Amino acid sequence: MTALPATTDRKLGLVIDLDTCVGCHACVVSCKSWNTENYGAPLSDVDAYGADPVGTFLNRVHSYEVTPPDAAPMVVHMPKSCLHCEDAPCVTVCPTGASYKRTEDGIVLVNEQDCIGCGLCAWACPYGAREMDALAGVMKKCTLCVDRIYNENLPEEDREPACVRTCPAGARHFGDLGDADSDVSQLVAARGGMDLMPELGTKPVNKYLPPRKRHALPAAPVTTPAPSTEGLTGFLGWIDRSLARF
Amino acid sequence: MHPAPSIIAFTVLSGLGLGLLAFLGLGVLVPTGVAAFLWFGLGYALTLIGLAFSAFHLGHPERALKAFSQWRTSWLSREAVLATAALLFMAPHAAGLVFWGQPLVGFGIIGGVLCLQTVLATSMIYAQLRTVPRWNHWTTPAVFILAALTGGAILTVMAFVAQILLAWLALTLVGHWLLGDRRFAKSGATMGTATGLGERGTVRQLEPPHTGQNYLLKEMVYVVARKHALKLRGIALVLSCIGPSLILWIAPFSLVGTVLAVLVHVTGMAAARWLFFAEAEHVVGLYYGREP
Repeated sequence: MTALPATTDRKLGLVIDLDTCVGCHACVVSCKSWNTENYGAPLSDVDAYGADPVGTFLNRVHSYEVTPPDAAPMVVHMPKSCLHCEDAPCVTVCPTGASYKRTEDGIVLVNEQDCIGCGLCAWACPYGAREMDALAGVMKKCTLCVDRIYNENLPEEDREPACVRTCPAGARHFGDLGDADSDVSQLVAARGGMDLMPELGTKPVNKYLPPRKRHALPAAPVTTPAPSTEGLTGFLGWIDRSLARF
Repeated sequence: MHPAPSIIAFTVLSGLGLGLLAFLGLGVLVPTGVAAFLWFGLGYALTLIGLAFSAFHLGHPERALKAFSQWRTSWLSREAVLATAALLFMAPHAAGLVFWGQPLVGFGIIGGVLCLQTVLATSMIYAQLRTVPRWNHWTTPAVFILAALTGGAILTVMAFVAQILLAWLALTLVGHWLLGDRRFAKSGATMGTATGLGERGTVRQLEPPHTGQNYLLKEMVYVVARKHALKLRGIALVLSCIGPSLILWIAPFSLVGTVLAVLVHVTGMAAARWLFFAEAEHVVGLYYGREP
């Protein structure tokens, strides 16, 4: 059923530190790579080497400029993927039951064998987290690398989402946001983790850590006065006065 | 939102067909024999052609039967179930009139009500979406249901009822447009809330995540229509309501007048439906720097 579970045993999700992200897009590449080679239909590209390339991505990095009223502008890179919302509107609109939220860990998944490719779930998502694959005709979305995090064939340090594993800056964290004692929950509490578009009532599990307060720029230094010979004394003053006579 | 021709054809044609079947089922018009065959045939044909168009929109139409399973939660599934139920309940009523000249009133009334409920379900697919504030309003189902009833009334040659419904539809369309223009601001979603950075200062897009197009931009960040929106609204209003009203006023009960009024009305509704999609702003555009 596409009814949402009332509660989930765990709330697995990501915490993304906007202060640390350098906007390198390594998470975009590793996500595309893992999810093309593993679970589900590959993430296709159309006209990949042509004039108008388009492709399916489950994670994209936006870059914004924020200008505070009293400080210098700052650049913020924002990786965006499925937020695995507690009240996920993409799940309840699905006519076939292909879209569902798991009771055991809260991951939102698409059963590709049941997906008719109507696209309504992508319309229902405020975050642009779902993309219809142009070649497979089914809806693709972040699986939180469900085929990595429980995969006992992988070394233990690799049992986390590909984007988290690859992030060179350490801006991405993975864990159980339903457990107040988990590392990610403590990070959210310490840094004031926030929801994206909370007014839409989706209750996202993924949290974003806002950039820390910057020091205000010091006042611009007083410019040194233009060089002048006025009031010059001694030898140089004598030369200046002598030359000025001619 | 991208105005897919298949979805416009589906909503306009099935709306008209279901409006006609609703009036036939509720006994406004009780044709018998060959006439009944033609009337019900037209209603079924319009509805089924519309439904076939909707299948073109799917990535995997061969799995369409699965869409009947989630009626407890999904308006799209409810639409599929209600449309099938409406056509099945209407069938004995239609067969009675065609073969025995006898209406089966019970089946007709249930079928007629189910037809209107199908149109309601179609409209709720759009009206339920909080991500498209323009649609997320009671005027969306009002426009869909009134359009179906108006088309049905013109087709069944109820000139007086059609005139009232045309006026009502015109007012509702204008209301949907004008109230719709304020919906996005009312939703509270801005680039500031989308990025969570609004409290720090003004946010603008510095770089998009990719240089080319993507599914999201093609499907949900369609901006072509905004430029001519006012002119197109005028054209849609004249063709869908004012034109048919004048035609029915000049030639109320003639075949030519009725056919002409239906054709003009359907053209106008197609224009209005195109605008319904093309003008609708999805909140995901905020992530791409598109604040309406």
